Amino acid sequence: MTRYLVWGASWLFILLVLVTPPAMVLTEALKDGLGASLATLSDPDAQSAIWLTLRVSVVAVVLNTIFGILAAWVLVKFRFPGRQFLQILVELPLSISPVVSGLVWLLLFGAQGWFGPTLERWNIHIAFAVPGIILATLFVTLPYVVRTVMPVMEVQGRDAEEAAVLAGAGFWQVLWHVTLPGVRGALLSGVLLTTARALGEFGAVSVVSGHIPGETETMPLHIENLYNGYQSVAAFTMAALLAFMAMSAVLLRSAPDWIARLQEKKA
Amino acid sequence: MTLSRLAFFRAGGSALPGYRLSLTLTLAWTGFFIILPLSTLLVYPWQGGPAAMLSALHDSRMLAALWTSFSCAGIAAACNIPFGFLLAWALARGHLPGHRLADALIDLPLALPTAVSGITLATLYGPQGWLGAVLAEFGISVSYNKAGIVLALMFVGLPFVVRAVEPVLRNLPQELEEAAHLLGARPWQVFIRVIAAPVLPALITGFGLAFARGIGEYGSVIFIAGNQPFKSEIAPLLIVVRLQEFDYPGATAIALVLLCVSLLSLALIGGVRRRFALWSEPA
Repeated sequence: MTRYLVWGASWLFILLVLVTPPAMVLTEALKDGLGASLATLSDPDAQSAIWLTLRVSVVAVVLNTIFGILAAWVLVKFRFPGRQFLQILVELPLSISPVVSGLVWLLLFGAQGWFGPTLERWNIHIAFAVPGIILATLFVTLPYVVRTVMPVMEVQGRDAEEAAVLAGAGFWQVLWHVTLPGVRGALLSGVLLTTARALGEFGAVSVVSGHIPGETETMPLHIENLYNGYQSVAAFTMAALLAFMAMSAVLLRSAPDWIARLQEKKA
Repeated sequence: MTLSRLAFFRAGGSALPGYRLSLTLTLAWTGFFIILPLSTLLVYPWQGGPAAMLSALHDSRMLAALWTSFSCAGIAAACNIPFGFLLAWALARGHLPGHRLADALIDLPLALPTAVSGITLATLYGPQGWLGAVLAEFGISVSYNKAGIVLALMFVGLPFVVRAVEPVLRNLPQELEEAAHLLGARPWQVFIRVIAAPVLPALITGFGLAFARGIGEYGSVIFIAGNQPFKSEIAPLLIVVRLQEFDYPGATAIALVLLCVSLLSLALIGGVRRRFALWSEPA
């Protein structure tokens, strides 16, 4: 009896709170038919927003993956003074408001910032330009790879690596042939989380972007622009595309499990 | 020179290569991406002198915005506790039909980009929206006021509570409940003493994480909030407004308060959790 009550209440809540939003995005996007919504995506500003988001995300994912692996390696495999402090620092962006994550870059590189006026004289533009968007995205996505890879590296221990070193392997060889294969799953998960966050980041990017349509508008910013301009179909079509991209990244994290299960069935 | 050598030498406990290189790169990266940007928050407000900082902190619109953010985040996190507990229970112990799908759906608010959640919730709970229209029948308006802010923050905070509680419920030995039953405990006694007590630290963690996320949340809130100064303006939005007015010190003052409260609440939760964990540890 109680069990059915729990089941009913849980699914009712899930349907009302969690299923309605994505369903609403799709219905609003397709309100005037598929053709009309696809047409909104061919708008030049929409295209430029999609490309900018993809470019920024690729840069953020590549750089933060390289950094994340090195940081996890040094934090897990070595003991040194200040190690815990460094770990706290690396995880800090997760507890900072997105708006603040954007603001700090304006305080550095904006017109009233510490380095902004100097760089402006050399004709280098960071705030209200693409480099600022990239910096803000790098900041908010910095912790994900480190955080997902560290616990698995911790479990892995050091024996295999030490054996490889005794056999004459150098740093890159150990990292590439011994450590990374062991943390493959966690690394993939971290990379995909970084991707999802980079694609969808709104607050931080909004502060540093300057909102120039066709130039510094990423997909989330373009959605805001369209929505505030009462272009509902265009806004929700873009939202559906962005949500699809970010959610596939998050769901793909279980891909290794699916493959393993398929192989098990075959065997 | 000797100091840095000593530091490197002390890491010699590990025979692995690449220490110097990976540490140098990690320090350079965190130095540029974490320490340098965050140091601006600590230094910038004081550049105009202490008087300017104090007057920036005495702004009544800022105090109203901070109050809106903190109170709404607190209410939303508190409301998430019963719902989060229910879902965690259904997933961990309730043999919920379709639990795999439910499990994936719980993480949806984390996966959905905040701008998408924002415009969707605003439409959904707006006067003409699917759920807003139903609520309007009962004379309840949840858009463009504080109720809307709470609703949006509940949406983004829910996964934090479920994911904090679920593993604890899963690991709780069921024999304890059976033993309590056999010893004559009533169902509510079993619930309070055997189930709720060990889950409490996890609930506090979930509450704290949802609260910390809530006070900084921007994208999913601003579309539904209405953003009226002194009424439904959240602190992160006021930062944006101040920046548009080129009032950088004012924006930085709000940012500093937000950062401190968020770090403080996370630290407090860590402390409370450690205490309770000791207390609820099975002897």
